[in-house]
Amino acid sequence: MASIAIRDVKKNYAKTQVVHGVDLDFASGEFVVILGPSGCGKSTLLRMIAGLEEISGGTIAIDGTVVNKLEPRQRGCAMVFQNYALYPHMSVAQNIGYSLKVAGVPAGERNQRIQAVARMLELEHLLERKPMALSGGQRQRVAMGRAMIREPKVFLFDEPLSNLDAKLRVQMRSEIRKLHRRLNATSVFVTHDQVEAMTLADRLVVMNGGRVEQVGTPGEIYTRPASRFVATFVGAPAMNILEGTVERDGLSLLGGSRRLATARVGLPVGTKVAMGIRPEAVRLVAPETAGALKATVDLVEELGAGRVIYVDLDGAPFSVMTSEAVHPEPGSTVGLKISPDDMHFFSSETGTRLDVFKASVPEPAL
Amino acid sequence: MEKRVTFASWTIGILFAVPQLLLIFTFFYWPAGQAVYWSLTLQQPWGGGNIWVGLDNFRSILANADYWNSITASLVFAGISTGLAMFIALVLAALTDRQLAGSRLYRVVLIWPYGIAAPALAMAFRFILAPEAGFLAVVNKGWPGFWDPGLDGADAMASIIIAFSWKYVGYNFIFFLAAFQAIPRSLIEAAAMDGSGVIRRFWDIQFPLITPTIFFLLVINITESFQDSFGIVDIMTSGGPANATNLMVYKIYSDGFKGLDYSGAAAQSIILMVLIVLLTIVQFRFIERRVHYR
Repeated sequence: MASIAIRDVKKNYAKTQVVHGVDLDFASGEFVVILGPSGCGKSTLLRMIAGLEEISGGTIAIDGTVVNKLEPRQRGCAMVFQNYALYPHMSVAQNIGYSLKVAGVPAGERNQRIQAVARMLELEHLLERKPMALSGGQRQRVAMGRAMIREPKVFLFDEPLSNLDAKLRVQMRSEIRKLHRRLNATSVFVTHDQVEAMTLADRLVVMNGGRVEQVGTPGEIYTRPASRFVATFVGAPAMNILEGTVERDGLSLLGGSRRLATARVGLPVGTKVAMGIRPEAVRLVAPETAGALKATVDLVEELGAGRVIYVDLDGAPFSVMTSEAVHPEPGSTVGLKISPDDMHFFSSETGTRLDVFKASVPEPAL
Repeated sequence: MEKRVTFASWTIGILFAVPQLLLIFTFFYWPAGQAVYWSLTLQQPWGGGNIWVGLDNFRSILANADYWNSITASLVFAGISTGLAMFIALVLAALTDRQLAGSRLYRVVLIWPYGIAAPALAMAFRFILAPEAGFLAVVNKGWPGFWDPGLDGADAMASIIIAFSWKYVGYNFIFFLAAFQAIPRSLIEAAAMDGSGVIRRFWDIQFPLITPTIFFLLVINITESFQDSFGIVDIMTSGGPANATNLMVYKIYSDGFKGLDYSGAAAQSIILMVLIVLLTIVQFRFIERRVHYR
């Protein structure tokens, strides 16, 4: 159990900077997921915590000790790699027990601990096998066992599930979650998969372009995205964004071709905004409904439990997710009803969230 | 899935194999067959027929102390030069793999020696190791007679070993480096996370994973040290002093073409061939077992 404090950490490769001053605090025993698109610096950040990548600027402290200059083995972290990185010439037992062997733990105790870990991960019958002879899920578990056996202060996961098929991924996800509950070690999990991130995280860190966009619980990230990037990156299908200008009694959208009557924006008149609305927050109504936006249906994606309806709003793509049993024909016209409560506003220029005056504005009757 | 290429008609397959078979036949089976035939006869030095003598050539060679001396010299040469060439190459490749300063330079420079013909590099080493003007001339100034490959058999052996190893270090290096680079970076990182230091990682992870390459190079180096040493010996020592560097391959040449004992030379070349085959079999039987193929 250990806390991690990251202060203004930077990373440069030759002349390109890939991490621009990250500040983060992970509490002891917390399960933190770092989420971001590929190339956002999330793996680099993880590898800097592990000690596999040199820190170009700033400090990383584990349990109050700055570890910048410490070798990986002195930091008390264990890591699960994306491709598992099992030693191909060693058996499962040797793979799991390697760190103990290096640490000089006597063979008897070593075997006991290997057995204990193998039992926990249901690997007992595979101990003599070589990694080659294992399935993807089994290899994944061996990689976890190898990390667990040292009883590390910190667990680091570098996209460990991305090589598994969808079904196994869901299963391993819950196993990782259960293991964390049992071992309660501080865990940092890097992924580009938002479902993985939402389901695993106590706290979620969203990164983009080498910067932290937002830190919060999965719920906070979903309901109050701090930037346009977070809004569109988290949630599937992605949040709809419509460019517009704030007017006195509503919003002018899509260069003025559409108007949305609402006085609840709470932003100065004339502000250029990007209005965001989640597909699942949009209601389908009859096209003639007052205050509804008219749109043409492009495509309907059936998901079983619900369906995603892609519509065309004067050339702007827009999606609606509904669980109602409606099946509009492609080409037909539908009405979209958007509640002001569900709208998110982001600055057109910077992409940051705008909702400063929201609370002070009285709700109008729509 | 069937990965082999299959042909509808077997004649096409045969036709594809013919050029290669022709080459092997012309340059290996035919001369080897001739050598076997000559080794069982007594050839007249200036031509004009031969006499069938059975195994007499072999008997006389194997009863000759000079020949046993030549076998010993060859084995010493093969053992030390292979060990040296492989060890130096392994160290250099391991360092290069760690991307230490100057690693790009190594990579380019180290393959060059292999491109140099043995006699040419032997000539260079003859100058470099000359007792009166070479590198070791300085030592000879302090301790006269310390180094003289022209008089001291051990010095002469050391000279040809150095020259041969120098040539093969580059060759081995390229293979070792390729083997090191084929090891996924994450394995090394995983070992580092497991608490293993640089040296330990080398022995526990990298070394076992490059054993197929080590084995391959061992076979090649030993075989080549029996065969490719000719040019070096011829230019540097001519087998001397006092037969100290009269390696088997050189003795074949000097007995056959200088001593005009064609039949004895043919018998020696058969023995050399058998020896190399036996050594290779031994390596495959006893060393390959310890190789981890991935």
